Amino acid sequence: MTTASAPLTPKDLKSDQEVRWCPGCGDYSILAQTQKVLADIGIDRANTVFVSGIGCSSRFPYYMNTYGFHSIHGRAPAIATGVKCANPQLDVWVVTGDGDGLSIGAGQLLHAIRRNISLKILLFNNRIYGLTKGQYSPTSEQGKRTASTPLGSIDPPVNPLSFALGVGATFVGRAIDVDIKSLQLVLKRAAAHRGTAFVEIYQDCNVYNHKAFEFATDRNTKEDHIVYLEHGKPLIFGKDRKKGVRLNGFTPEVVDLAGTPADDLLIHDESAHSPALAFLLAQMKFPSMPEPMGVLRCVESTTYEHMLEDQMATARRQSGAGDLDKLFSQGDTWEVE
Amino acid sequence: MTTIATNPIEKRTENRSSATIRFAGDSGDGMQLAGSQFTNTSALFGNDVSTLPEFPAEIRAPAGTLAGVSGFQINFSSEDIFTPGDRVDALIAMNPAALKTNLRDLVEGGILIVNSDEFNIANLAKAKYPTNPLETDELSRYQVYAVPIATHTVEAVKDLGLSAKEAERCKNIYSLGLVYWLYDRPLEATINWIKSKFAKNDQIAQANIRALQAGFHFGETAEIFPVRFRIERAKLPTGKYRNITGNQATAMGLITASRLCGKPIVYASYPITPASDILHQLSHYKHFDVKTIQAEDEIAAVCMAIGASFTGAIGVTASAGPGIALKQEAVGLGVMTELPLIIIDVQRAGPSTGMPTKPEQTDLWQAMLGRNGECPVAVVAAASPSDCFQTAIDAVRIAVQYMTPVFVLSDGFTGNSAEPWRIPKAADFAPFPVIHPADPTVFQPYARDERGVRPWAIPGTPGLEHRIGGIEKADITGNISYDPENHQHMVNLRAAKIDNIAREIPPQDVYGDASGDVLLVSWGGTFGAVRTACDTARKRGQRVSHMHMRWLNPFPSNVGDVLKRFKHVVICELNMGQLQLLIRGRFLINAHGLHKVQGRPFMVSEVLAKVDEVSRG
Repeated sequence: MTTASAPLTPKDLKSDQEVRWCPGCGDYSILAQTQKVLADIGIDRANTVFVSGIGCSSRFPYYMNTYGFHSIHGRAPAIATGVKCANPQLDVWVVTGDGDGLSIGAGQLLHAIRRNISLKILLFNNRIYGLTKGQYSPTSEQGKRTASTPLGSIDPPVNPLSFALGVGATFVGRAIDVDIKSLQLVLKRAAAHRGTAFVEIYQDCNVYNHKAFEFATDRNTKEDHIVYLEHGKPLIFGKDRKKGVRLNGFTPEVVDLAGTPADDLLIHDESAHSPALAFLLAQMKFPSMPEPMGVLRCVESTTYEHMLEDQMATARRQSGAGDLDKLFSQGDTWEVE
Repeated sequence: MTTIATNPIEKRTENRSSATIRFAGDSGDGMQLAGSQFTNTSALFGNDVSTLPEFPAEIRAPAGTLAGVSGFQINFSSEDIFTPGDRVDALIAMNPAALKTNLRDLVEGGILIVNSDEFNIANLAKAKYPTNPLETDELSRYQVYAVPIATHTVEAVKDLGLSAKEAERCKNIYSLGLVYWLYDRPLEATINWIKSKFAKNDQIAQANIRALQAGFHFGETAEIFPVRFRIERAKLPTGKYRNITGNQATAMGLITASRLCGKPIVYASYPITPASDILHQLSHYKHFDVKTIQAEDEIAAVCMAIGASFTGAIGVTASAGPGIALKQEAVGLGVMTELPLIIIDVQRAGPSTGMPTKPEQTDLWQAMLGRNGECPVAVVAAASPSDCFQTAIDAVRIAVQYMTPVFVLSDGFTGNSAEPWRIPKAADFAPFPVIHPADPTVFQPYARDERGVRPWAIPGTPGLEHRIGGIEKADITGNISYDPENHQHMVNLRAAKIDNIAREIPPQDVYGDASGDVLLVSWGGTFGAVRTACDTARKRGQRVSHMHMRWLNPFPSNVGDVLKRFKHVVICELNMGQLQLLIRGRFLINAHGLHKVQGRPFMVSEVLAKVDEVSRG
C-alpha cells in the first residue's frame, strides 16, 4: 500500500473540500488533531474509512482524505458495522454527535458498542442541536431554554460515558476540543484499541451553545474542574495539584492533599475487569466534582469481527469451499426420465 | 404397491388426474409436518405438486381454539400444475376447530376425515359448535369418516413404553398413513425420514413408524372406505428434481449470484415473518462466503448491507411490509450513493402489523414509490417458489451492473410453499464478473459509463479515496452540490440509469395468442392461478392470453405494444389495484382490475369469473 515514501503529514489527510463549519466551531480543532494523530501513527489512507450520520459533526468525513461515507441520521454505527464486517482489514472511524448518537441513533450506538466491533467512535458533544438551529439535545442540562423549550427543557440529560459503559464498552475516553494535548492522547489510544473505542469530546458550539464547557476550558479555573486520569496514578487535580479524589464508601469526594494520607486517594485503574470504577468516574460532575478526562476504561475482549471471521474459517474448514451443485442437490431428490 | 387382490374386502381404485387435500389441526398437532411429508412423498413418486401452508401468527394459540388452527394444503397431479388448488377434495380435520375453519373449502361430496376423539363437549365449545356436527346432518353433503385417530394411535404404539402424551403425539403420522392409503402412496420416504429424524431416539422412531403403518392398514382393512385414488406420475421435463420453497430458492439464488459475480455476500436482517427463513438458510452457508448478521433492527440491517456494499460485498437485506417501511430512508441513501443493494420483501397482509402469516401483494407501491424525493429503484418479482432462484440472480446482476438498489418482491405464499424444482447445473449459468476501478489517474466517483453507471471503487484501493453520502452531489466529482441545475441534472441521470435497465431485460412475452379479447396481467406469486385460469379459458374457446410481468421497474420496453393488442386488459393482483394504477398512468389504457385482499392466493375460479365478466362487456 503506502510505500516507504515521505512520511504522512496532517496535510496529506486534508481532502480538497472547503471546510464549512461556522468560524470558531470546536469541530475545527477536533479535525486538526485527528489529522495530526493519524499522520503521526502513519495510517494507510486507502485502508481508512470515516463514517458519519447527520449533524454538524457528521460533515467530518468530507474533510478527511480517506474513504468516507456521510450517511443518514443516527445510522453511522450500523453502516460502519457493515463496512468492518465486509472487510475487517479496514480501520473504521465513526463520527457522531450528541443528537445523532444518543437521540435518533442511540439504538445503533448501543448495539455497535455491545458487539465490541472494532470501530473508533468519536461523539462530539456540544449539548445542543446545531444544524437544526438550536434545540436542546439529549445531553442538554435540564431547564435549558432553547428554540423549542422557551420555558426550559424538562428532559433529564443522558451521560454519554455512563451509557457506553453500561452497554459494555471496552474502551471509553473523554477529551475537550481545545485541550489539544489530552485530545491527541485519547485519539491515539482509541486508534490503538482493538474492539469498540468510544470517545466523548466536549465540543463548543459557539453559535447556539457557546461556552457550555467553559468550566473545563477557562484558563483560570479549568484545573480545578477537571482531573486528568492516568492509569495506576492517584486522582490529583487543581491549579497547584493540591486536591485529590477519595472514595467514601461508593461515593467519591474531593479532599485536600494536605490533610489526607496519599494511600487514601483513589488510584485509577483503566484496565479493571469490572466497569464499576469507570462508571463511578463517569458520574463525577461539575460543579461538585472534577470531571474526568483521558481514558476511563481500556480492556481487552474478543472482537465481533474476529468471531465472525473465526466462524467463517471454521465453516470453510469443516465444509470446504462451497460447491453449488452439491448445494442444489441437498435433501431428497428424484429423477424424471 | 398394495393390490386390490390382497385386500380383505373388495376396494376399488379410481384414477384421477389430480387431487387437492388439506391437513388441518391444532398448531401443536404437527400438520405442517404431515403436509410436508405428503408433499415429499408425492414429489418423489413423480407427481407435480404445489402447496399452501397456512398457519396462525400465534406460535401456540390455546389448544382447540379457532385461532390456533394450522393447515397444509397440497395439490398433486399427473399434469403440470401451478397452484395449490382452489378447493380441497379431502380434508383431514384433527379437531372441531379445524373442521369449522376449513370446511368451507371442501368440495361438495368431498372426503372428510375427522379425529372423532377430539369431538368432546369442551372442544366443541371452543370451536363454537352448539351441537356435535358428527351427530347432526350438517355434514351430510360430504363423505364423513369419523375415525378415533388418537385412540388408534395410542393403541398402535402401546407396548413401546411411551408416555400417554408421547404416544398421542404420533397421531399426525397416523393420519398421514391413512391418507397415504387413500391416495395409494408409498410409505418408504416417510419411514426413512422418521429414521433419520429420530436417529437418536429409537423408541420415538419406532412409534412413528408404527403409527404410520397403523393409519395405512386402517384404510386398507376397515370397511368404511369403499374406494381409493391413484394419481399417476406427471410428465415433467427429464432431469433431477427436489422440492424447494421460495425462501430456500431465494437463499440459493443469492449464493449462486455471488459466485457468478465473484463478490461475497453480507446479509443483514432482522427477524420478521415471513422472511426470517432466508436468514436461517443463509446462516448455514458461511463456506460459500456468506456473512450473515442478525441486526438490532430493520434500519440497522439495511444500513449494514449498504456499508458492506460500499466496501465491495453484495449487501442484502430482507423483510416484510412493516420492516420495509423502516428501511426506506436507507434505500434512498442507496439510490443517492448509487451502490448495489438487494432488498427482499416477502410481502404479507398489511397495513401496519396486518396479518403476518398471510400473503398479499400490497407492497408494490411501497417498493416503487415509498421514499422521499425522486427515488427510482429497480423492482423485480418472483412468480413461484422455484422462480425465486432466478429472480435473486437477476436482481444481483442488475444491482452490480447498474449500481442500484433492487427490490425483490416475493410474498408469504411464494416464500413458504414448495414445488418440485428441476435442479440446474452450476456451470449452466453465465458469470457476470465485477470489475472495480483501480487507476487513480482517471477516477471520478460520479463519472458514468455509456449506460449511466458510476464506478464501484472500494476502500482498500490506493489512490481512489473518496467520499460519498446522502447529500446531492455534483455530477462527475461527487462533491457536495446545492446547485439548482445540477440537482435537476442528477435527478434525470438517476432516472435514466434505471430506465436503461430495460436494455438488459428480455422483452415481455405473452402466453397464448399475441392478440385477442382478454389479456390477463399478473405479477409475482399470482402467476400460477392466472396461468391456470388462462389455460382453462382457452380450452373453453375464449380468446384469452396471459402476460406475467417479472420486471416492474423498469417495464420491458414492449409492454405498451402488448397491451394495445387486446380488447380488454385485466390486471390480477392481491391488492386493491397497485399495478393497475401504474399501468393506467403509464400507458393511458382502461385496464380492469381483479383485486383481493383476504390473505389468501387467488382461486382459479375467481380469475375465470372475471374473464367472463369483462368478456360480457
